[in-house]
Amino acid sequence: MSVHAPATPAPPAARVLGLVKTFGTATALAGISAALPPARIIGLVGPDGAGKTTLIRLLAGLMQPTAGTLEVLGSTPRAEGGITQAQTGYMPQRFGLYEDLSVLDNLTLYANLRALDAATRRQRFAQLLSFTDLGSFTERLAGNLSGGMKQKLGLACALLGRPRLLLLDEPGVGVDPLSRRELWRMVNDLVAGGVTVLWSTAYLEEAERCAHIWLLDGGRLLYEGAPARLSERVRGRVFRRRVAAGQARQTAESELAREAVLDAVIQGASVRVVAKPGAAGEFHAGVYEAVAPRLEDAYVELLGGARKGESLLARGWPTGAPADTAAAGGAAAVKADGVLVRAAGLTRRFGDFVAADNVGFEVHAGEIYGLLGPNGAGKSTTFRMLCGLLMPSGGAASVAGVNLSRAASRARARLGYMAQKFSLYGDLSVAQNLDYFADIYGLQRAVKRERVRSMVEMFELAPLLHSNASLLPLGFKQRLALACATLHAPAVLFLDEPTSGVDPLMRREFWHHINALTTRGVAVVVTTHFMEEAEYCDRIGLIWRGRKIAEGTPDELKERVRSPALAEPTLEDAFIALIQGEAA
Amino acid sequence: MSDTLTRLRLWWQQLAAIMIKEGKQVVRDPSSWIIAVVLPLTFLFLFGFGISLDTTVVRIAMVREDGGRDALAFAAALTNSRWFLVVAATDRRSAERALQDQSVKAVIIIPAEFGRRLNAQNTTAQVQVLVDGAEPNTANYVHGYVQAIWNGFLAARGREQGAAPAAAVSVEVRYWYNANAVSRWFLIPGSMTVIMTLLGTLLTSLVIAREYERGTLEALYATPLTRGQILIGKTLPYFLLAMVSMLVCVLTALLLFKLPLRGSFLALGLVSAVFLVPALGQGLLISVTMRTQMAAAQLGLMTGYMPAMMLSGFLFDIHSMPPWLQAITLAIPARYMNVSLQTVFLAGDLWSVLIPNMLFMLAVGALFFGLTWRRLHKRVD
Repeated sequence: MSVHAPATPAPPAARVLGLVKTFGTATALAGISAALPPARIIGLVGPDGAGKTTLIRLLAGLMQPTAGTLEVLGSTPRAEGGITQAQTGYMPQRFGLYEDLSVLDNLTLYANLRALDAATRRQRFAQLLSFTDLGSFTERLAGNLSGGMKQKLGLACALLGRPRLLLLDEPGVGVDPLSRRELWRMVNDLVAGGVTVLWSTAYLEEAERCAHIWLLDGGRLLYEGAPARLSERVRGRVFRRRVAAGQARQTAESELAREAVLDAVIQGASVRVVAKPGAAGEFHAGVYEAVAPRLEDAYVELLGGARKGESLLARGWPTGAPADTAAAGGAAAVKADGVLVRAAGLTRRFGDFVAADNVGFEVHAGEIYGLLGPNGAGKSTTFRMLCGLLMPSGGAASVAGVNLSRAASRARARLGYMAQKFSLYGDLSVAQNLDYFADIYGLQRAVKRERVRSMVEMFELAPLLHSNASLLPLGFKQRLALACATLHAPAVLFLDEPTSGVDPLMRREFWHHINALTTRGVAVVVTTHFMEEAEYCDRIGLIWRGRKIAEGTPDELKERVRSPALAEPTLEDAFIALIQGEAA
Repeated sequence: MSDTLTRLRLWWQQLAAIMIKEGKQVVRDPSSWIIAVVLPLTFLFLFGFGISLDTTVVRIAMVREDGGRDALAFAAALTNSRWFLVVAATDRRSAERALQDQSVKAVIIIPAEFGRRLNAQNTTAQVQVLVDGAEPNTANYVHGYVQAIWNGFLAARGREQGAAPAAAVSVEVRYWYNANAVSRWFLIPGSMTVIMTLLGTLLTSLVIAREYERGTLEALYATPLTRGQILIGKTLPYFLLAMVSMLVCVLTALLLFKLPLRGSFLALGLVSAVFLVPALGQGLLISVTMRTQMAAAQLGLMTGYMPAMMLSGFLFDIHSMPPWLQAITLAIPARYMNVSLQTVFLAGDLWSVLIPNMLFMLAVGALFFGLTWRRLHKRVD
């Protein structure tokens, strides 16, 4: 994917100098100076709230800087009358499509807005429709496309005017690995043709593939340059420790507790460890295998290493769960076999369309089960049936021994649910959110007071108790959402893309708590599009076209697709190969 | 020269693109059909059939405590009146009960002394009228009708006795332009004003807020489109929609409700088009100010629909409002539209009335569009 630089150094596609943007008292960008090298993919990396979207909007001429200067393709971007908008393509989050118009209507609209003449338009349409494989869907309403197809259409619309600079705001969010890989292929073709692409992402595995990255955090530029150069800082200090089945979580915890360890994460049946500078000697070859550094290792070091210490959430977990008193059944309902979630022949039809077809699996106490699959595969449908949000057309689902179709509300009292965009009440304060969720879960007054108090203490929410939830920093929103979902000490926790858009440190903190809860016997079901997150799962069920096409531990899945051509498959390789194998 | 032509063609291509897009969205969105066709017709039918400010026949209870000739004659006058349906009540208590349970709207009591007092010198005969004050409108009518019947009764009695009529001058009211004083005739043009306000202001108040909410505005702003193109492209389709809807209203009014059209279609079309300038301008101003459709719709209703109902002279007479409220109505385009429509329908093409009204509407419209222009930056910060 590397692109050779031209012989004479071309001018940068964009340059910013001392760029500051504030909104009222909030600072989105706190003085950024950098240049975009031309004809490359530049990754704009950082967590939500780092200032990525603001920077992209400034480059697209949609905002005016508070201070500093910026230059795009040799001139100052202006919303009107400037040349930049004619030469840049911009794809906002959610792709900027008119969902009530057809694919062709959307393309025609943007073609006309960019004033393409009829001949050029025909030619571009033909090119872009074949480029995006949308040729057979031109009459479909954009709102009825899958996430991956919307993304491709959004890209096609942004490409109509043959831009020299393409600005993509989180094109990978909510899109499955298959579609993401296709998008990469398309963007690489563009770069080969001389286009400069700015690709914003919260995911370091995406950033790692870029030729150049801008790493933002809190409105500041932490790093600018090739990702490999950043990874070099931790070279020689990254190790892999293989562990016995079922030992990964304890091993990761104990590794992280060591003074010499900066970071430890679970990767299937092994633990990846990053040593502190100068401490590499403590990791002996017999146990620890040295591996190549990755961007994420360096990033975590750059931000000061992973948070250490025991998860207070697990320590404060009531032994006799309060939900037992709230809902009849309780612990007694859990079968002796330890199965907390059981899906048997789950089927859901919408008219003629079978969204979930005979899906079955079991999740045991203390187990983390991942539901993976492309957009529109039936993952969310299955998930919703398990949470009691959707009635199955056939089959049965039970949670903690309670059948969801017979006693949905009793089952729901035994489960906690955390949605991807932290479904908190933004206008309520932290304390009011906690109170509210405690009340709707029917906690008794004394239990409620105790649980709320301990949540506030262990998530360090005390100073923010009276702030509105919508104004919290992202990390605290995540904590509050987790607190609200676990107030009633549920036996089963459902997580729907829980760390979407969250940076690696916050993701570690989150999984630190989740891992600790499994030691208390909580069963966890999680959906995700990100393979780093899928590595935390004990077992994974892969859903495609409504059916479960594969199940196993992350390592088993990788093993199934190992071949001479793919000697060291990643989980993403496994994901793609398994689906392609099924499709063939 | 050809360069200018090319630039003009491209400008038009971009403008047409955004208009076609808006048009398609209107056609595909069932709610805009409801607002453009169903709502106007509902309104017209409501004001045409359902609501009437004319009182037809009022049920009243009558208690006659005097058995004399004069009392009988007055009772007969009441009973024979085409305004009342008289229910005889045996005593005051049962009449009051009928008033309480709303089976009658008023009670008329002819007291025991009626005949004696009428014929005696130095006394005046009395009739008691009890009306339901909760319905002041009806109460006024009843009062007026009883007064009229009383006068008629006295006059007839005088003629019978050979005396000269009590009054040498009698007042005879003639209603110009609406000879039968049918309230429908001024309610329907008035409801057209309300409909046009709803269409013009409510629909356009959503156009930019909706794109902001759905995240498409950024993509639109990131194209080389100009402010002027956005403004025109977002206004014209709704202008056409409102004009079509106005045509539907006018045809319904003429064919179904038999309203007269004493002016010309030309004047009607001109007045409507001019009114849409402030109505659409107000909607756009709201739309560029508000960032959610919910807030925009609420503001549209509050500042468009409510004043058009209350302060346009449609339901409440402007001249009987307190002066400060009258001053406020000067800024409300619906007020000028109301007068203009009533003029065209009921009086004719009185340009001396129409032109000043249209100028006022244009002035308010220019203000709204000017403010919109200033607020509409192609930026999202």
